[in-house]
Amino acid sequence: MLESFLDRLSQVGNLDDLDSAILTLSDELNVEHVVYHSVSSSGEQYAVTTYHPTWVNHYLGNDYARIDPVVLACLRRFHPVDWKRLDWSGKATRNFMHEAIDAGVGSQGYSIPIRGPSGQFALFTVSSRDNDDQWTTYTQDYTRSLILASHFVNQKALEIERGTDQAEIVSLSPRETDALTLLALGMNRAQAADSLSISEHTLRVYIESARFKLAAMNTTHAVARAMNQGLLRV
Amino acid sequence: MLRYLYADQIARHPRLNDTMFRDRAAQFSARLGWEVSVDDNGNERDGYDDLNPLYILWERPDGTHGGSLRLLPTTGDTMLNDHFSHLTDGVKIQSPLIWECTRFCLAPGAGAHVSAALMLGVLEAGLNAHLTYIAGVFDARMIRVYRRVGWGPTVLGTDGTGRDAISAGLWPCEESYRARLLSKAGISSEVSNLWYDRSFGSPIERTAAVA
Repeated sequence: MLESFLDRLSQVGNLDDLDSAILTLSDELNVEHVVYHSVSSSGEQYAVTTYHPTWVNHYLGNDYARIDPVVLACLRRFHPVDWKRLDWSGKATRNFMHEAIDAGVGSQGYSIPIRGPSGQFALFTVSSRDNDDQWTTYTQDYTRSLILASHFVNQKALEIERGTDQAEIVSLSPRETDALTLLALGMNRAQAADSLSISEHTLRVYIESARFKLAAMNTTHAVARAMNQGLLRV
Repeated sequence: MLRYLYADQIARHPRLNDTMFRDRAAQFSARLGWEVSVDDNGNERDGYDDLNPLYILWERPDGTHGGSLRLLPTTGDTMLNDHFSHLTDGVKIQSPLIWECTRFCLAPGAGAHVSAALMLGVLEAGLNAHLTYIAGVFDARMIRVYRRVGWGPTVLGTDGTGRDAISAGLWPCEESYRARLLSKAGISSEVSNLWYDRSFGSPIERTAAVA
């Protein structure tokens, strides 16, 4: 899931390319809409969305961020939020919700707050027209992928903001390199953990840390990425 | 009862807030002798408390603190990565699917069920956030407390000896640990869900809400 998107994302070098990559995510993630909205530490905003421009202008014109339960629930937080758990009961909030649904946003949604370095904040949202049962199944299957993808998009946006000449070179610790090397040689996790004299949980956490640094979706993808970047000794 | 409160929400619970930071001073400064800073009001606070962490707290019927711990995402600053990477073989543990748990604290006289309830809270938060692991830094002598509540950590490394010993460890966020923690804490599944929903909102069917 999403490997091709992440490979495309790794090639992105400017905001125009990032916009186009993000806009493909609604198909990749099998949702109605996606929104990525970032506020830098100096207050600069950057947003990409598949929402209809009429709705975006209406939202901004009415300053709906003041009452939007999603924004209010995610600011200064770090746990992902299913729109189901938010309070949509006030009159103004209900009106806002009906307008959003009429504008094609969908009635279901999931939002992931992201805390970047020195006060940078981003919010990644997917929305859908699924019914409750479909949505429950969807979020069970997709949430981890959504969380990872949203953080990788944010890392890329920060990298572009810093300037391409300062693109961060991935550096793995020797233990992370060891773990990926043994997997690349065809060992399973138990064998790799055994030969490094660490527990399998420890190995899994080292692989997961490496996966995040390599912006990879899963273990196989992380091994492939590390190989391509010449980080493994195989 | 269990409460899940971000730092900017806890001010609305002044009694809980004050007693937590005071109990932390008693545990980490007075009892364990860790080099932590205690302010003029007797509160133990550090820089990570300024990052708007999520606290899980056991609140007693009189509104005071019975025990607590602190969670932060490992994609930002963490104690583990800033100060204890010698306990993790030099690996910086960073993933949006791993949070860090620190400052596990019990009020004087708090029973074993409070430890179990706090760890239940960690598991509930972890499962709801779809985490894979919780990583933690803790007083090494807590390992047996964690094991006794049925959710022991995989120890990554330990530094120091006796009461100065500090360990780093991992807890897998898996549903299979929930029943044991509920039973050790003496809490039913329904009540645990209710406490979680009180802090994070109850799930309401959207199809019905919209119609």
